[in-house]
Amino acid sequence: MTLEISDLKRMASQVRRDILRMVYDCQSGHPGGSLGCTDYLVALYFKIMKHDPSFNMNGVGEDLFFLSNGHISPVFYSTLARAGYFDIAELKTFRKLNSRLQGHPTTHEHLPGIRIASGSLGQGMSVAIGAALAKKMNNDNSLVFTLHGDGELQEGQNWEAAMFAPHNKVDNLICAIDVNGQQIDGPTDKILNLLSLEAKFLAFGWEVMHAEGNDMEKIVAALEEAKSKTGNGKPIMILMKTEMGKGVDFMEGSHKWHGIAPNEQQLADAFTQLEETYGDY
Amino acid sequence: MKKYTYTESKDTRSGFGAGLLEAGRKNDQVVALCADLIGSLKMGDFIKEFPDRFVQVGIAEANMIGIAAGLTIGGKIPFTGTFANFSTGRVYDQIRQSVAYSDKNVKICASHAGLTLGEDGATHQILEDIGLMKMLPGMTVINPCDYNQTKAATLAIAEFEGPVYLRFGRPVVPIFTAPDQKFEIGKAWMVNEGADVSIFATGHLVWEAILAGEILAEEGIDVEIINIHTIKPLDEEAVLKSVRKTGCVVSCEEHNRYGGMGESIAQLLATHLPTPMEFVAVNDSFGESGTPAELMKKYGLDSSNIVAAVKKVMKRK
Repeated sequence: MTLEISDLKRMASQVRRDILRMVYDCQSGHPGGSLGCTDYLVALYFKIMKHDPSFNMNGVGEDLFFLSNGHISPVFYSTLARAGYFDIAELKTFRKLNSRLQGHPTTHEHLPGIRIASGSLGQGMSVAIGAALAKKMNNDNSLVFTLHGDGELQEGQNWEAAMFAPHNKVDNLICAIDVNGQQIDGPTDKILNLLSLEAKFLAFGWEVMHAEGNDMEKIVAALEEAKSKTGNGKPIMILMKTEMGKGVDFMEGSHKWHGIAPNEQQLADAFTQLEETYGDY
Repeated sequence: MKKYTYTESKDTRSGFGAGLLEAGRKNDQVVALCADLIGSLKMGDFIKEFPDRFVQVGIAEANMIGIAAGLTIGGKIPFTGTFANFSTGRVYDQIRQSVAYSDKNVKICASHAGLTLGEDGATHQILEDIGLMKMLPGMTVINPCDYNQTKAATLAIAEFEGPVYLRFGRPVVPIFTAPDQKFEIGKAWMVNEGADVSIFATGHLVWEAILAGEILAEEGIDVEIINIHTIKPLDEEAVLKSVRKTGCVVSCEEHNRYGGMGESIAQLLATHLPTPMEFVAVNDSFGESGTPAELMKKYGLDSSNIVAAVKKVMKRK
């Protein structure tokens, strides 16, 4: 399924509604980062990536996506369901007993669309590199996409991976950092300052791009540009500026909605700000 | 006591290297990764023959485990190689989430396990790795006893679907199992049938158990020796069958007594067949520098310790 920009925006509105409903239903989960990364995931799954919702784990001939910051599972699950990987109604089982929609994504329950467990932070870039290497070994020209939190970059494994990918010319890999400047305990520059991510990744040998992650035209354009830069000997890093809680005014720009659910009134308020476009589950 | 002889001794890690090369020839999906220890892991022959199927990750074990997990997505069968300490404790969470919980077909191959890497000392000697790995749901844990068995185990895990921890060592130990043997994962090997005591041994302590069995035979004690090369899943049937006959047990392993093979056997017996048992294992301590033989003696892992444990446990019957 490939959507035009106007429909991508409508899909993003629906995914944001799903996110809020999911976290409201179980009164837990992570709405802030999910809302902030909605436009990116919708752009990937409904425009950029060549992928097959009938789902084959090995994904040969398909573009792959790895979510490293697994706590934003609501946006991942909603996007996968809306893209046809599983029944939209299953979203209501999120974080409940016997669900395939675990708090953090897992392959363990065989949910279509998930290729690796994530949640314990900092592991996704390595996994994505492995998948990208397998594609090269298989002469498979499709691409590997990722998403990582900015706070997540405080985990050291990222920098092992960041050193490996340029050295080994893993140039079929497009990573994105969700640069929202927030983490659980507060702003990243107060908790552990990341300083210049651009300088860091350039120094490690990446092709570095910037993107506005909450502007559908711009994120689609950035991803198209990133695709055009693959195959040139360098992995690509998109530093994607987003706003945590995007789309719901009282959630925007604060770390306070990192990991709490809205109450009934807040949900109703939020829904007035987000149009129901493809039908609530 | 069945007579075991040997004409040659080799390190088990060389058995891994030979097995990896053969597994690579049999299946072009087999790939290898190493964290700056190619020589120690004996990966050179594989790399020479299959340079495009080898990934040098540098000194970055966490990244190696993640890359291995990713390689399985695309159908590869990755074998990671580094020392046992850096294969397990250093990367436990990476193995837990990206390999075990994600059910990835990664073969974590660990050399220099236990005390007997010797002179490097306790920073490099891990005596907790079997415990760490056996606690992970779905993880298969294998600890072969000599060069031939290690080679056979390496070939077997290449054909087995699922995450595996394969543990081997640095010291040169006698080769007493058959070349080109068929290795059956999860199936214990009867080394010697006997009636008085069941000795369950893993790794190169199987050879020490044989030496102990010969000494005990001279004293009229008829030992049963069973090689538990696969610690998980444990061959429960073989253990119970033997213990029903003998009524007492000695376990032998180069590992902490907590978390090792002996503990798994003890739990099985406590549940189904409570039996007197003695543990030849390291008594909850770190290792230290020394030659392998010195360390085996100081930490109570050689044949004389097995002889003493047998005599002790038989009195408890």
